[in-house]
Amino acid sequence: MPLKNNLFKSSLSVINIGLETFYDTLSEQKTKVIHFEWRPSAGGDVKLAEILSSLSQDRISLANQKAFEIFNQAEPVLTDIKYAKDVIPGIDRYTVGHAGPPIAWEQMCGPLQGAILGAVVYEGVANNLDEALQLVLLGKIKFVSNHALGCVGPMTGMVTYSMPLWEVKNTTFGNVAYSTLNEGLGKVMRFGANGPDVIARLKWIETELAPALKKALAQSGPISMKVMIAKALAMGDEMHQRNAGATSLFIREIMKHLVSVVDNKEALFRITEFISGNDQFFLNLAMASGKAITDPAKNIPYSTVVTAMSRNGTNFGIKISALGDQWFEAPVNNPKGLYFPGYSEKDANPDIGDSAIVETFGIGGFAMGASPAVVRFVGASSVSEAMAYSREMQDICIGLSPHYVIPTMDFVGVATAIDALKVVETGILPVINTGMAHKSPGIGQVGAGIVKAPLGCFIKAIQAFNDNLTRSI
Amino acid sequence: MIHNVVKANAYFDSVTLMLFSSRLNEIEGIQQAAVMMGTDHNKELMKNSGILNLETASKASSNDLIIGIKAISQEVIDLALKALNDQFENKSKATPGSEKKTFKSFESALKQTPDLNFAVISIPGRYAKNEVMKCLRNNINVLLFSDNVSIDDENELKTFAVKNQLLMMGPDCGTAIINGVSLGFSNVVKHGNIGLVAASGTGLQEVTVIIDRLGGGISQALGTGGRDLKEAIGGKMMLMALEALNSDDKTEVIGMISKPPSKIVLERIIKLVKTFKKPVVACFLGAESSDFDGSGVYTSETLESAANALFALSTGQDPELINHETKKPNLQLPKENSGKYVRGLYTGGTLAYEAILVLKHQQIVSYSNISSDPVYLLKDVEKSHEHTIIDMGEDYFTDGMPHPMIDPRLRSERILKEVADPETAIILLDCVLGYGSHLDPAGALVLAINKALSQATHPLTFIASVCGTPSDPQNRIEQESKLRSAGVIVMDTNAQAAKLASYLIARRLD
Repeated sequence: MPLKNNLFKSSLSVINIGLETFYDTLSEQKTKVIHFEWRPSAGGDVKLAEILSSLSQDRISLANQKAFEIFNQAEPVLTDIKYAKDVIPGIDRYTVGHAGPPIAWEQMCGPLQGAILGAVVYEGVANNLDEALQLVLLGKIKFVSNHALGCVGPMTGMVTYSMPLWEVKNTTFGNVAYSTLNEGLGKVMRFGANGPDVIARLKWIETELAPALKKALAQSGPISMKVMIAKALAMGDEMHQRNAGATSLFIREIMKHLVSVVDNKEALFRITEFISGNDQFFLNLAMASGKAITDPAKNIPYSTVVTAMSRNGTNFGIKISALGDQWFEAPVNNPKGLYFPGYSEKDANPDIGDSAIVETFGIGGFAMGASPAVVRFVGASSVSEAMAYSREMQDICIGLSPHYVIPTMDFVGVATAIDALKVVETGILPVINTGMAHKSPGIGQVGAGIVKAPLGCFIKAIQAFNDNLTRSI
Repeated sequence: MIHNVVKANAYFDSVTLMLFSSRLNEIEGIQQAAVMMGTDHNKELMKNSGILNLETASKASSNDLIIGIKAISQEVIDLALKALNDQFENKSKATPGSEKKTFKSFESALKQTPDLNFAVISIPGRYAKNEVMKCLRNNINVLLFSDNVSIDDENELKTFAVKNQLLMMGPDCGTAIINGVSLGFSNVVKHGNIGLVAASGTGLQEVTVIIDRLGGGISQALGTGGRDLKEAIGGKMMLMALEALNSDDKTEVIGMISKPPSKIVLERIIKLVKTFKKPVVACFLGAESSDFDGSGVYTSETLESAANALFALSTGQDPELINHETKKPNLQLPKENSGKYVRGLYTGGTLAYEAILVLKHQQIVSYSNISSDPVYLLKDVEKSHEHTIIDMGEDYFTDGMPHPMIDPRLRSERILKEVADPETAIILLDCVLGYGSHLDPAGALVLAINKALSQATHPLTFIASVCGTPSDPQNRIEQESKLRSAGVIVMDTNAQAAKLASYLIARRLD
């Protein structure tokens, strides 16, 4: 009997898995050959590798396809500005929402503790930081993971009772997601700063900026975030480290309404100066869009698609679809990148923020190839290296986005819907573009760079996924 | 002074790293150095050789690269680290002009290369099963170079492969030629009408090379891995490969090469090949030719005679009518050679085994690390005893070291040791060429021989054969003349080299 597909009559097309010398000798012979840069599957954990190969691929890939389609069907639309006290059930002045998976005070990093003390003062339940600390130590302050509140916030991600929030609605599925308004650069609470000027700015956002934007949005009607994100990719934004294009697009959309709804000229000047002086203003909108896009893909049985990635400065947490709202955590990594003058790696706080929600649906680090302007800043040495990051992410995602495309890479869609199984199998880790906070509270941003999600949380997720399957059989 | 460096998430295959390590150790002032992936096993090795501090050990995981250096001074360490960095950089730099297609995920590789039909797999054995299965499920034939795959896994993989009419050659399969492409360790030979299937890598190399020298050619040369003919596997791959060769219209003559199969497996093979119209030659080294009585199968005792028979049949002649008996050479060992024994130092396992059989045929029993008779198993592999034939590619030597066909260092050291032994009369060597092998094995041998002779207390005789062709990257003609210029007697085949050694010893005894 001849071999399958009549091998002896076909020309060889070889995949080399292992020693590179075998690749070299085949290409010397002009044989068609590719090289697979094999790494131990599951980080060398043979038991886990067996789990991977034993999992029923058909059921999982069907479920993951479904999650991928839910991502693609999303229509995130900016609808309103709401106040936390009005939309977040159970929130009071003693509740502080923070970035990342839940964490106890003692385990929190410096910037997160600093931001929390500032947030407590901002809510007026303490007169100063010392009093705030007393309340914390007495156990009077309740800490909640933002994701549990339906919110996301960059860096420390403070969400409290009085804060105004962007409301982004996914009109396909009807779910909403919230995010805070971006505070601008310099000494800001998201980097752990908590001085009087920081709190005063937050009060101004609450009392002047947010009401004006709310009125403007009421007049403009819903604004499609999907279109804005897609356009901004074509303008060289990846929307994590660079939002210059997206912020400009947003200003263009909202400005005529602001002018029309704000009567006081000085107030209008303050508002427009604030928005147009902050390239990162759009980041929080991209984040709320991310959560609105990924939330509907939660709880699909058998799906290993990642629906959230977030960091609290101590741990990196992910959620996978099949396991709903369970966090899987591993210690965060330190970002690598460039530092502002006077700062170095030893000043930087480990990775922090809910902002990795943008990578979860395919922009940020995943779209680095679209953003030649940021590649140096985030530690990539060339544009082609940035494109290589974007390409590499395809290996751990279910597919390519039909909406969010990278013009500089022949309009290929961004890789979207990270499959935790593929991450564990290939050892390729999601790449995240990020800012770096000073590790002492109150100092602020010291640089920006890229960071990889730690493999550990993906391994834990897959182990739990497998345990869950075994139990349910 | 000990220095450790950990490179997080930097994966390199162990052979590359061993080459790096060996280059580090060549630097003057280095007492001990190694570059390894941080698996528990490797960390233990490094700890035991005193080049790993506890802190590094606890911090590095199996995905991290560990550099451990023990040297006489900080300057030497800096020099070594710089040299190492250059090597890493060279490795990660693509050669200009060559577009290397690499993938980090199997799925992407498959998606972008939908016509894949063959895989060469050489990753550590304990990880191999999953990758093999992935290939087979995607209708990709496999050459599995890795060893340390359990026999149960082998059986499972081969059962799946046979059911799907796919090749699963291995584990521990080093050699194959498919559709004219040399895979793994194999030689550049002429195309022709002789199809081979072998459970042994160097056995297959030697037969293809002799056929090439005779003027014949190869249609396909398939491997099965060394355990295929054991009862536990039942000859699954051998039987399937034989059927595939039988139905291949370019194959007119079929040869099988192996150590003796288990009885049940042999019966199955005979039953199958009896149905073939194509002539079949069996070279089951060490088997009784009577096993094949009445089967119509031609048998041969050595790789050389198998090649001769196959070539004769491929040109329409009856091998039994051709007399290949070589004349006894008119040679003697010089009187001053006071040694008594043959010492064979082999890089090819089957070549070593063939030498043992040839010597035995001339009533010279030899001790070995691969003897099938426990009485003649060497007690201490490091020390030769009377006539000794050593397979230096055996696990004992390759644990933590590259195979001697790639890295000649271990054999060079052993040559020194044998020459220093006053009982050694003849050193018998192989020199395996082809893709995958060292780029100048004869050159390495000559260096070792010259060094050994300069320290020798008595004259010795070196006999070698070169397993290769003039078309091999190393070029057989050049390799042979290198050996001859160092005073080595070079024979055409390994069997002839072993035979010459036995004549010389026998003549001494007369």
